[in-house]
Amino acid sequence: MVDAPTSLPRGRDPLGLRHALADRLLPALVGAMAMLAALALTAAEGAGVLASRWRGELTGIVTVQMPDTDPARAAAALASLAALPGVASARPIAPERLAALLTPWLGPNMAGLPEQLLPSLIELRLTTSSSVPEALAAQLAAAVPGAAVEWQGLWLGRLVALSDNLRRIALSVLLLVAGVAVAVVVVAVQAGIAARRDSIAILHGIGATDGAIAGRFAGRIAWLAGTGALAGTLLALPLLVGLVGLAAPLTGAVQGAPWARLPWLGLVVLPPGAALLGWSAAQATLRLWLQRLP
Amino acid sequence: MAPGSWTGMLGAMIRLAEVGLRYAAPALTGQPGPVPDALRDLSCILPTGSFHWLLGPSGAGKSSLLALLHLALRPSRGELEIFGHRIRETPRAALPALRRRIGMVPQDSRLLPYLTVFDNVALPLRLAGVAEAQIRADVTEMLDWVGLATKTMTLPAALSGGEQQRAALARAVVARPALLLADEPTGNLDLPQARRVLALLREMHRLGTTIVVATHAATLIEEYPAPALYLQEGALIAHG
Ligand SMILES: Nc1ncnc2c1ncn2[C@@H]1O[C@H](COP(=O)(O)OP(=O)(O)OP(=O)(O)O)[C@@H](O)[C@H]1O
Ligand SMILES: [Mg+2]
Repeated sequence: MVDAPTSLPRGRDPLGLRHALADRLLPALVGAMAMLAALALTAAEGAGVLASRWRGELTGIVTVQMPDTDPARAAAALASLAALPGVASARPIAPERLAALLTPWLGPNMAGLPEQLLPSLIELRLTTSSSVPEALAAQLAAAVPGAAVEWQGLWLGRLVALSDNLRRIALSVLLLVAGVAVAVVVVAVQAGIAARRDSIAILHGIGATDGAIAGRFAGRIAWLAGTGALAGTLLALPLLVGLVGLAAPLTGAVQGAPWARLPWLGLVVLPPGAALLGWSAAQATLRLWLQRLP
Repeated sequence: MAPGSWTGMLGAMIRLAEVGLRYAAPALTGQPGPVPDALRDLSCILPTGSFHWLLGPSGAGKSSLLALLHLALRPSRGELEIFGHRIRETPRAALPALRRRIGMVPQDSRLLPYLTVFDNVALPLRLAGVAEAQIRADVTEMLDWVGLATKTMTLPAALSGGEQQRAALARAVVARPALLLADEPTGNLDLPQARRVLALLREMHRLGTTIVVATHAATLIEEYPAPALYLQEGALIAHG
């Protein structure tokens, strides 16, 4: 039999759900998960900003400086570089263009310099702009011994790949957290059903529809999950502001308050999202269980 | 009403045709052999507006039959028709609306422990979407009738067995059901209280409600002679 209540329930609660649904533990758990979700959201957002910023600086162009200005060796190097996998095109930088490039640094009189004094440069366009494969780097060095290769793209490429992966991981963590939240709700609802079996059967017998009974549980769960998630998100805010502040020099957003760069849309959606998730999980659990009643 | 239904044609509220009921074998008893049928080959027709006593020794299957009529169980065999609906063919989603037309006084009252007497009795009206003002009037009148006017704000756990039974009766009749089923509604009552309950049942009958009352109380049956269904070991051995 159900445990008899000792005090009058406030308002109407035919299933006594105020006492059946882990009304402290569930919001606490959902709150903790909301904190994790807020962190993951912010991390995903930050990693996305970093990735797009670095990707913008990534040109997919590698400059190779020949060890000498021998035209024959330059031509041979050009041919072997062009043949490398991952290289879309290889072409020498014409002396006139080079001179134009150097003018801001060396002054206008440079045009009279003997051609031999200018470095011989080869510009490689890579098939992919996101990263310079390690293998290609090694092949470049082998193809033209002694050449100096400008590697900036390699590092940028690695950073872009890193932040892309961080973003993906953060989004997976978000999904995982949502999955765990659903599991927690299902367990809480099943415990609630077990505690209120008789009352559910009575309501069912009086002619309550599955929807009405499931709605009772789902409404309560949505309230518990929503308030828990709201509290968790609010508690996470100082942490998130600190995180965004730390990342500011990297994202290039040094001016402006750090809280202005939080993923506000995601954070605002988090509590109602948790409520909706809880509501749906409770509805599904209840409706499935109610199928066993005639 | 379903076209061409028997109950529709015969003015019958309930029709049973070779209805059998077997409970699922309890998982843990390890009892060998098949479970005996709780109800066997019941065939009868209860006309709309009729009053029937449901009699038989303990364990004969009275509560089981009432559970079938209340749509709390589905027959294992045979055909059950209520309000013109063949229950076997009725989709599950249509059953709650049928249940709301049936009032049930269970043997063990089955009040919701978290609601006051008032809110328990109000439940069927709330499910039917009746306005709160109307609910207040109807429930108060009903609780007066069954002598629980002073207990409206009490929780079921604080009621005596007889008071719980009267609250369950009030809940069963408050929404003026077309079919009223009562399982030993006077089991916990003294004779004056039992007579009062019988008077309420008679009044409901007079107003056109179809009524089936399971009871062991011979005095009541003498006071209100009516057709009887007599069950023994799950079989209907007399009707009328
Ligand atoms: N939930 C159940 N599971 C299995 N068997 C049941 C169940 N309920 C009743 N039975 C069996 O069905 C048979 C009929 O029981 P039922 O409760 O219908 O009898 P009854 O006529 O109402 O008896 P009483 O007058 O004592 O209330 C009994 O043999 C009983 O053991
Ligand atoms: Mg019985």
